[in-house]
Amino acid sequence: MELINQHTKAIMEGCKERARAAGLTFTDESLEYIVTNRDLIELSPKVMIPTLYDYWVHDVEVLRGKGEYELYPHNPYETVINTRPPISFYNDNNPDWLNVMIFYHVLGHIDFFQNNLYFRHTWEYDFTGQALSDKRVIAKLRAEKGRWVDYILEFARSIDNLVAYHDELSPLFAAPEAATSSRLDYYFDVFLQVEKKLPVGDYLKEVARYNEAIAQNREEGERIFFAEVTAKYPEMEAHFAKAQNVKRVERRDLMKFLIENSEFLSRDENQWMRSVLEVVRKTSIFFQPQIRTKIMNEGWASYWHEKLFLVDDRIKGHEVDFARVHAGVTSMPRVGMNPYALGMRLMYQLKDAGDKGKTGYEFDRLSDREQRRHFDTEAGKGEEYLFKIRSNYCDYLFIKDFVDQEFTDRYDLFVTGKRLDPQRMVWQYYVKSRDAKEYRDMVLASLYHPPHIEIAPERGEEGSLYLVHHFEGKQLVSEYIANTMVGIEYLWGAPVQLETSEAHIEQPRGGAGREGVEEADITWQRVVYTMKDKVLSRQVL
Amino acid sequence: MKDPQKYLEELKAKGLEPEREERFREELRVTREFPSGRGRGPFPDFSRSLYAWHDLAVLMGQERVPNPYQLHMKALDELLERDRQREKDGFPRKIRVGRLIKPGKAGKGKIVVVPSTEEEKFLHDPTIRPPGEGGSTGGSGKGEEGEVIGEQKVRETGEEPGQGPGQGEGEAHEMGASAYELGRVLTEQFQLPNLKEKGKKRSFTRYIYELTDRNRGSGQVMDKKATLRKIVETNISLGNLPDPSDLDPTRFLISPRDKVYRIFSQEKDYEPQAMVFFLRDYSGSMAGKVTELVATQHVMIYSWLLYQYAGQVESRFILHDTEAKEVPDFDTYYNSRVAGGTEVASAYRLVNEIVEKENLAADYNIYVFHGTDGDDWDTGGDKSIPELVKILSYVSRMGVTIAEHAGTQWTEVARYLENSGLLRDKPDLLRMDIMHEDAEEARVIEGIKRLIS
Repeated sequence: MELINQHTKAIMEGCKERARAAGLTFTDESLEYIVTNRDLIELSPKVMIPTLYDYWVHDVEVLRGKGEYELYPHNPYETVINTRPPISFYNDNNPDWLNVMIFYHVLGHIDFFQNNLYFRHTWEYDFTGQALSDKRVIAKLRAEKGRWVDYILEFARSIDNLVAYHDELSPLFAAPEAATSSRLDYYFDVFLQVEKKLPVGDYLKEVARYNEAIAQNREEGERIFFAEVTAKYPEMEAHFAKAQNVKRVERRDLMKFLIENSEFLSRDENQWMRSVLEVVRKTSIFFQPQIRTKIMNEGWASYWHEKLFLVDDRIKGHEVDFARVHAGVTSMPRVGMNPYALGMRLMYQLKDAGDKGKTGYEFDRLSDREQRRHFDTEAGKGEEYLFKIRSNYCDYLFIKDFVDQEFTDRYDLFVTGKRLDPQRMVWQYYVKSRDAKEYRDMVLASLYHPPHIEIAPERGEEGSLYLVHHFEGKQLVSEYIANTMVGIEYLWGAPVQLETSEAHIEQPRGGAGREGVEEADITWQRVVYTMKDKVLSRQVL
Repeated sequence: MKDPQKYLEELKAKGLEPEREERFREELRVTREFPSGRGRGPFPDFSRSLYAWHDLAVLMGQERVPNPYQLHMKALDELLERDRQREKDGFPRKIRVGRLIKPGKAGKGKIVVVPSTEEEKFLHDPTIRPPGEGGSTGGSGKGEEGEVIGEQKVRETGEEPGQGPGQGEGEAHEMGASAYELGRVLTEQFQLPNLKEKGKKRSFTRYIYELTDRNRGSGQVMDKKATLRKIVETNISLGNLPDPSDLDPTRFLISPRDKVYRIFSQEKDYEPQAMVFFLRDYSGSMAGKVTELVATQHVMIYSWLLYQYAGQVESRFILHDTEAKEVPDFDTYYNSRVAGGTEVASAYRLVNEIVEKENLAADYNIYVFHGTDGDDWDTGGDKSIPELVKILSYVSRMGVTIAEHAGTQWTEVARYLENSGLLRDKPDLLRMDIMHEDAEEARVIEGIKRLIS
């Protein structure tokens, strides 16, 4: 692994100038490395981060199949890594013109990392440096504790999708001027609503009374307001004091919950395990935005490499070469989903919408199809609109908000289905739907989405840990439940229970179905798994 | 090649139950001449995840780097050791070895071993859907709703991508390993039995070290007899031994050069060697999982033998439908697909011909492994059994694997083998293993034990 040569670096710097002029923003420094195939072998299981901690599963070669990404949420296989400074990897024998294109693509990614709000928590530090120190921590522990470090790593990784990534982000966006006292928050949010169960009308009156008190006396308003409150509810202060002392439970962050609440982990001899969990949790949270912005990120990068490359004076004569590579990257497959193609087309659609002023209320109000098609205020704000979207959206919102009928019609998109023709014993691929909603739902269903599992400490009996999986129409991979729970039981130091839903698939009546596929029913049942002393039992609720 | 249609007519003329005739016809109906090798279904991208796309591959047109196994084979040993330790520590094992991926074309010994493990988490299971539903993905281009844009035979493909050898969406993390290495892993990990040696037949240019060379003056082990002889010679020439009938050894002079020692030196060794015949039914009915099973098992057997005979294994590959032909390498053996009827006897006959013509029985331990789905147009085994008896006269072991299709039971081949009594009379020479087409890897290995133990 070595840095690119000066000639190539000069090309990169030229690309940066042009990209900046076009409106992209990113830090000055960036590192570009040439990698050999051997480097790649070693880097890819580590998400291209050379300093990531060592782990034996990285050494085991895994078969990649369908759903691979779900199994390994930390495998974005990006050539660019989001760190400070950003690092990117290149093949050693690219021609210059190809490097120009790839550099633009990479700059698109860097701009995205450094401006998209879902990456907010990664903006301030150098992850590779952090990773290196973590790697040393783990190496040191391994020298002392041997293979047990790897067991803990493994158990930690088995729950590293259960981190409250959004909870981690939200404090970064708290508007300072909205700050109110915690007493006030408690009074309005908890005391009146939960404890007193005030009718809405009374609640609003109380809000109005507060506003009036503040309006009359900005400095002392709150004190005056609470003087009356205490007169009315003498118990309020005591309740508030009690509430202050109750530790907030991280219901959706199993990793954090274990680190903070596991008695087993808090024993002196087990303290070191917490460090391992911290490392794994931190790594997971670092990579979350990558997974959640795949379509946008690739679409954005593809949009910019196309746009900037075509106007770059240095590549004269390679337009055809470019077109060939670019088409390979961004053409819509007849069947299948290409995030580059989908993302880039959406970007173009949105730019077009911005240019024609189709982003406002006036356009939304129109229901006539023809009018919508011909709507054009000549606003010319396409790119500005795109920049906003790149800063504020993730894949889920991007698909949910912007894949509409106009989009699917324009690019001839449809949902491809696959069904069994039992008579001829063939799978048929067919055009299942051209409806935008169906298309949107299909894409949304294929996005990364960890299960919603909450901790319910009050339901655990005799020190056991109770987890509730909120049903979202999908069951958990059943073969994985046992081993995952073995790990949680170990880290918790006591039995663990998981409440979840399971599918029961009815076979179609009348055997294999003579008239095509019969609609088979899936019925769901709620079950509880209990892991006790490494033995799993299951009970239907 | 004889025309199966005509052959069917012949059979029919001899009298054929309608149900059987229907089944034979079914076999012929399967499309002819499948393209061999890669390409699974019309739309290999159907199940490819959004997240499987990444810059290096897409922008630079670079495939995933295939891992040279040297990097990992040693690591594999360590990993397996770790896995054993894991069990001792009270946690379930995590590593699975021996999953096979499509063998490459380069060199017949080259096959692929993949250790694999899964990081278990709570994850949504995308495969839960009504039977007959194959999921959905994106698409673009023309076509009315409901229009079929491609078809794929169920048997040819298996139900889901990623199950086939060498598939895994073109991104399988492959690791080329010598079959020898796989054989070792199989023998050690799965406790496959070691072979009994059946006699050493032919010399090879391999050496072992023996104390055979003599050296005068210095060395490791003194050869007393030779030394004494030298001393006598020396003393005769010195005139120190005038009367052979009156010897006085105390008066002998001993020169340093008289001392003869033995030293280690290379010695040719005699080793057993094996010839393995792999026979595979590639008739129309063999498409899909059945072939995969048989071929997987055959690779493993081959690897195991290769290890057992320390590399001294030659292999021959024979494919048959109603006629048998020999193919040059495992790749062809594995990938060829032809539709047609089935006649097991043709393959057995070819083995006999080859063995006789090349006089193999004299020099080799011969093994014959035959894989089929059990269909045979030669219903009663009238042609097969005599050929089989002939094979049993020289083989070390013959193993027949029958991979039954779902819904079938007690296939013709199984029946006539059983009826012939050979399985009972010669259990040392003939074994049969019947498994279901859905058999897992563990079952395949279990089957190997049955065939060779």
